[in-house]
Amino acid sequence: MVTNPISNAEPKMRARDVSVYYGTKKAIDAVSIDIPTEYVTAFIGPSGCGKSTFLRTLNRMNDTIASARVEGRIELDGEDIYESGMDVVQLRARVGMVFQKPNPFPKSIYENVAYGPRIHGFAEGKADLDAVVERSLRRAGLWEEVKDRLEDSGTALSGGQQQRLCIARAIAVEPEVILMDEPCSALDPIATAKIEELIDELRGRYAIVIVTHSMQQAARVSQRTAFFHLGHMVEYGETSQIFTTPRETRTQDYITGRYG
Amino acid sequence: MSNPVPRSVELTRTPGFERRLRQRYAAERRFRLAGLGAILFSVAVLLFLLVTMTINGIGGFQRATLKVPVAFSQVSLALPQGLDSEGAAIRALESQGLPEVIDDFARETLGEEAADELSPDAWRVAAEQIIDDPTLLDRDAQLILPASENLSAALAGDGQAALQPLARRLAAEGVLAERLDLGFLSRSDATDSQLAGIWGALKGSILTMLVTLALAFPIGVLSALYLEEYAPRNRWTDLIEVSINNLAAVPSIIFGLLGLAVFLTLFPSLRSAPLIGGMTLALMTMPVIVISGRNAIKAVPPSIRDGALAIGASPVQVVFHHVLPLALPGILTGTIIGMARALGETAPLLMIGMRAFVATPPDSLTDPATVLPVQIFLWSDEVDRGFVERTSAAIIVLLAFLLVMNGLAIYLRNRFEKTW
Amino acid sequence: MVDHTVKAFDEDITRLRGLIAEMGGLAELAIQEALEALISGDDELGQQVVARDKKLDMLESEVDAMAVRLLALRAPMAGDLREIIAALKIAGVVERIGDYAKNIAKRVGRIEGRSRFEPLTLLPAMGEVAAEMVHDVLTAYAARDPVLAREVIERDAKVDAFYDSLFRNLVSHMVENPATISSAAQLLFVARNLERIGDHATNVAEMVHFAAVGSYPTDIER
Repeated sequence: MVTNPISNAEPKMRARDVSVYYGTKKAIDAVSIDIPTEYVTAFIGPSGCGKSTFLRTLNRMNDTIASARVEGRIELDGEDIYESGMDVVQLRARVGMVFQKPNPFPKSIYENVAYGPRIHGFAEGKADLDAVVERSLRRAGLWEEVKDRLEDSGTALSGGQQQRLCIARAIAVEPEVILMDEPCSALDPIATAKIEELIDELRGRYAIVIVTHSMQQAARVSQRTAFFHLGHMVEYGETSQIFTTPRETRTQDYITGRYG
Repeated sequence: MSNPVPRSVELTRTPGFERRLRQRYAAERRFRLAGLGAILFSVAVLLFLLVTMTINGIGGFQRATLKVPVAFSQVSLALPQGLDSEGAAIRALESQGLPEVIDDFARETLGEEAADELSPDAWRVAAEQIIDDPTLLDRDAQLILPASENLSAALAGDGQAALQPLARRLAAEGVLAERLDLGFLSRSDATDSQLAGIWGALKGSILTMLVTLALAFPIGVLSALYLEEYAPRNRWTDLIEVSINNLAAVPSIIFGLLGLAVFLTLFPSLRSAPLIGGMTLALMTMPVIVISGRNAIKAVPPSIRDGALAIGASPVQVVFHHVLPLALPGILTGTIIGMARALGETAPLLMIGMRAFVATPPDSLTDPATVLPVQIFLWSDEVDRGFVERTSAAIIVLLAFLLVMNGLAIYLRNRFEKTW
Repeated sequence: MVDHTVKAFDEDITRLRGLIAEMGGLAELAIQEALEALISGDDELGQQVVARDKKLDMLESEVDAMAVRLLALRAPMAGDLREIIAALKIAGVVERIGDYAKNIAKRVGRIEGRSRFEPLTLLPAMGEVAAEMVHDVLTAYAARDPVLAREVIERDAKVDAFYDSLFRNLVSHMVENPATISSAAQLLFVARNLERIGDHATNVAEMVHFAAVGSYPTDIER
């Protein structure tokens, strides 16, 4: 087991000996990690290393896969999220997620952002909802671009705008943690830079966990990096340390492009 | 390099390569021609059907009519006030001797021979015209009244040879002619082809379809949603899937027998009713809706579901806020195609007694009724030449109905289809 | 170390190492020949050393260009990143070492009465140690050997000791033979140059250590 080198304040999320199985196949093996509040934590690793699987256990999105089974303990503010008392709908309002491919609902931009607050009843009345939508879009850096066409379909936006819309949709329900599963893999470099800038701005307000294939991206946006390999978390530490002086040979081989 | 590997620029200049290239293009041309041929063949068959139907069917929208001058001012007929139904008004006019008045005037102006060839129900047509325009009773009018089936046949050049000179003479005088008969669309079945109409069957079809839609759509959509979104993937759901696919392929006559055995045993008094017909057709349409519904639901990208789940939507919210609206165009298209098939069904309805002769349009779901395809089937059995034309006309009405439904399907698909 | 998935990256790094090794070889040779010319008073050899320094300058700019290109195109990480950064700095330092050797060679003609200089016997020994440090530190770079690098750093004390002893020796010589002050001062500069070469070899050794393990050897007294 990799010991956790970082201990600052009380972590937002804490995973202890988490293993994930798909049927009989073990996808994640005894991962323990602390997710701090004020930082962006990046998960890197080769395809199939389990980083996305692990990310999806953090808001129980793996529940939708019938064969998936999770062992170990994952805490959000000290509460076990896999306990029967934890309501998954509430959990996902607290732990939001942004996906690889921008997936705005085929509804208006306004409806996309308003959807979460509406189903959770976070906004009372139209004026309140308008305010939430504007605040979320502003925070996602999209307001100036879309304020005159809130009724246009979300799918009519460009890829980068769609992804920022998805981020606005996620932060509209005021989550505590935002999980991002390769949020820029479908975007061009300019759109990617905008998302990265946005992630940096959101840092501090939310605990952000980002899975990325791009090591440069992990290096640019994160303060903590965890390297996953074959279902194990090989190394977890300060991003600057991981990318200059990794402790583990496997980490070094992966990030310098010698993997395999 | 001592032994360079030949580059493609050299490999593509050999005679063998050029020959294969020609073969490739030839194969492509053959395939395109074959495809084009198939399309042309289909179009030709369709055109043949439509042209035949139209030529034959045009006659069905016309009927042979006699122009009969009636001087109502010379007789004392009055349309009583305060009658609530058309039937009562017609009866009132009948009791005042309208049939005799018509007959008298016809004999007087057209001659005995021609008056005999007025349709026996000609006075009824006259009564309807009076009800439409009561001022007729105050003046001398030229009534256009249907001729008998025999005279109608004679006008068309066949039937009894003895009547043909009369038909030719009346036609030459401008008294007898084929005139447009929109009443075909508003009358019901009759024993006399000159008086038969399609409205009863059309209304029966509409009522039956409404019952089918009301039953098959919710049940089909709910089944599809449950199977796609909730049901676990196991042997039982596999079995259900196979059964549904089988059900969609079962010959329609079997559904008719089922309707006969189950529904008519439960509700014996509803024989021939659109309610039972609709229930039977719903059984047949449901599997089609389930299958097309499942495909439409499957086509909703999982990323949309993930997106909704990830902001904390419950599974039922995901289904009703996202999956169903996105799948709806597909479901509707499938439903309408299923409904169109049901609309054309004859066999199961014959089994539950919807082939009875029904002269009045059904007013409710429990009235005896017939439907368009059954009406076509029944008319096509008649020997009278008039009914041959009526059959084609009914087919045109059926085709128009189908066209409207399929057009609606395409409209709905284009209108509500979303891109993602 | 395992090869990179992208073979061209390995080739680039190998080439960069080759350039550094070539620079090291040239610097080492320059030190040896400059001393040889100094001892023997071979002015011609001294001129050759001065002339050859141009080659070292060219190599340095080649290393700079290559390192910048690698940083821009390959976006190196971790060990690769450290190695390229180290190469960039090592090239500069080795070029300085070459400059010191050139400086020594320039003084060949300014020394008179060699036979009377007792300190001249110490200089070759000091030069040998400095040249060896340069040689070993480049071996350590080629082998990514932090142990050898540390050893080189430790050896710097020896060069410093030589310098102290030479300094005292030359000063007393100047006091005793005021007529040779000019030549003795030249020799003092030579000794100073050799001492600087030792310091620079130590700098290179620290970079080699950094490239190999990611940290500077902070625990060694300098």
